[in-house]
Amino acid sequence: MILTEPLLEVRDLEVTFGHIQALRGASLTVGKHEIVGLVGDNGAGKSTLVKAISGVRPADSGQIYVEGAPATLGSPAASRDLGIEVVYQDLALASHLDSVENLFLGRQLRRGGVLRALGFVDRAEMRRVATETFVTLKMTVKDLSTPVGDLSGGQRQAVAVARAAHWAERLIIMDEPTAALGPVQTEQVGKMIRRVREHGLSVLVVSHDLPQVLDICDRVVVFRHGLAVASVASGDIGVRDLVDLMSGAEAADEEEL
Amino acid sequence: MSSLSVADLRKRILYRGSPALVWFTLVVLLVVFSAMAPGLFTSKVNISNILSDASILIVLAVAATLILAVGDFDLSIGAVLVFSGILGAKVMIAWDGGVGTGIALGLVVCLVSGAACGALSGALVAYARIPSIITTLGVMGLLTGASNLITGGVDLRGLPPELTRNIGNRSFGDVVSLPTIVAFVVAIIVAVIIRSTVFGRNTLALGSNAEALRRVGVDVRFHRMKVFALAGMCYGLAGFLSLAKYSTTTIAGHSNDMLQAYTAAILGGSSPFGGVVTVVGTVVGVFIPTTLQNGFVVLGIDPFWQQVAVGGVLLVAVFVQTYRKNQR
Ligand SMILES: Nc1ncnc2c1ncn2[C@@H]1O[C@H](COP(=O)(O)OP(=O)(O)OP(=O)(O)O)[C@@H](O)[C@H]1O
Ligand SMILES: [Mg+2]
Repeated sequence: MILTEPLLEVRDLEVTFGHIQALRGASLTVGKHEIVGLVGDNGAGKSTLVKAISGVRPADSGQIYVEGAPATLGSPAASRDLGIEVVYQDLALASHLDSVENLFLGRQLRRGGVLRALGFVDRAEMRRVATETFVTLKMTVKDLSTPVGDLSGGQRQAVAVARAAHWAERLIIMDEPTAALGPVQTEQVGKMIRRVREHGLSVLVVSHDLPQVLDICDRVVVFRHGLAVASVASGDIGVRDLVDLMSGAEAADEEEL
Repeated sequence: MSSLSVADLRKRILYRGSPALVWFTLVVLLVVFSAMAPGLFTSKVNISNILSDASILIVLAVAATLILAVGDFDLSIGAVLVFSGILGAKVMIAWDGGVGTGIALGLVVCLVSGAACGALSGALVAYARIPSIITTLGVMGLLTGASNLITGGVDLRGLPPELTRNIGNRSFGDVVSLPTIVAFVVAIIVAVIIRSTVFGRNTLALGSNAEALRRVGVDVRFHRMKVFALAGMCYGLAGFLSLAKYSTTTIAGHSNDMLQAYTAAILGGSSPFGGVVTVVGTVVGVFIPTTLQNGFVVLGIDPFWQQVAVGGVLLVAVFVQTYRKNQR
């Protein structure tokens, strides 16, 4: 079913918040150079899975393998060091800082020589690289020195996506990257996801936009109540079937029989 | 038409922020006091007094600006100043070696104890996740009590006279005192740290969106603690400057410092909500309460009015900030 060699393998992840079991043994695989869609009803556990992989909220149990090697993703730094970048549902941008600073948030470029040791940032170089990144990704962010809090929702999203694309070495995970976007920008993000793959990365996209998921992804994984209930090549399934899988209509039908 | 442009103008003033407001206020104060007490207010001695009065407050307000940058408050400013000053004074009084060494030791003790107090508050805020207002309220009580226990509530005397002569009262051209120079150097260093270093940029990012910073792999708790420690070190330095200036501990004299420091910082344009600060604004902001105090004294107005005026000005500043935030 997986079309390429596996890059990320997640097995039997469990996450519990008090009485709520957000993940109940969820498993999923993303191949190299593969675009995988992750769909599921609200509260199915998609964001929880994303946070477990990114180390923001590590899983209570289960295993994660990156290129076959067991990985302990206990902190954001651990996941980052393995070349995994995430576009979070809330974007995780510092709204008072500009696009350039957000692109390099926590990973600022430094000046050379003594100034480097003193921790001086290289503003000019960061600006140059940021401009380059936005151009490569064919994104238009109007003014690089406007605080991102003053940008439109779409532009903010573009900054978050560009940050992930700039830093990712293996995998980009996007949690509803098009939720705040109009149709034109949604299309843009779709193109960008494909472009990222051409650069040799894998992408895991969480989305409620089922037609778009079927359009851009190679494969779709369906989550229901904290479990992966299906993994299908996107050519083999339609929106109607996905909705049935998400809502568990099929299961209900079976029970009725 | 005209109402539109008025609204536009108002918005512009608010967006440009209170740095404009603080400069304007300061100029108004200077003009008014100069007009009301021409020879007196503008005399060399008086200008020197204003600068000297401002010096300690600049150090404190710059530290308050750091704390505001991460979106916190520190009520323990005056308490740390007094406490570290007492420890420094104890050392200087007890030292029976060379005077210079004794004073240097006293400075180190002030800085280290200030940083330690800041680190304590910072650790409680960052790791125990107690809101900073409550944490520092507790630390303030703790240190005020400790200060009174150590001294029996009586100010320590017997500091080396060289401390005051060579540091506190050393003056250049009869106008700029050494403490004033130290204060400006501190302000410049902190301004550069915030503007141009990884530490400073992460400090602002922390105040803007701590979770975002955590998610890119920065240890935000440790960073918050470091910011508190750095601010504490500034309070300690202010404690030392206070010893040098008054040649005694001033146990009861710093209850108003916290109000003045935050007034200066917020008036200067630093946001009480984190993520946006301006050290230059803070320094200008310091001269508002200082000039008010001085002007009232010169004019023979009850200086208690200064507290009233400062409180009022603070409310205006916060109102402007809140208004700006809601406009976003
Ligand atoms: N920090 C938390 N504390 C308590 N419960 C949580 C927390 N985060 C998530 N949950 C719960 O875990 C379950 C899964 O949430 P999650 O955010 O992963 O869903 P989702 O599939 O991303 O939904 P959506 O499509 O709405 O984004 C939900 O029941 C949610 O209420
Ligand atoms: Mg979600």
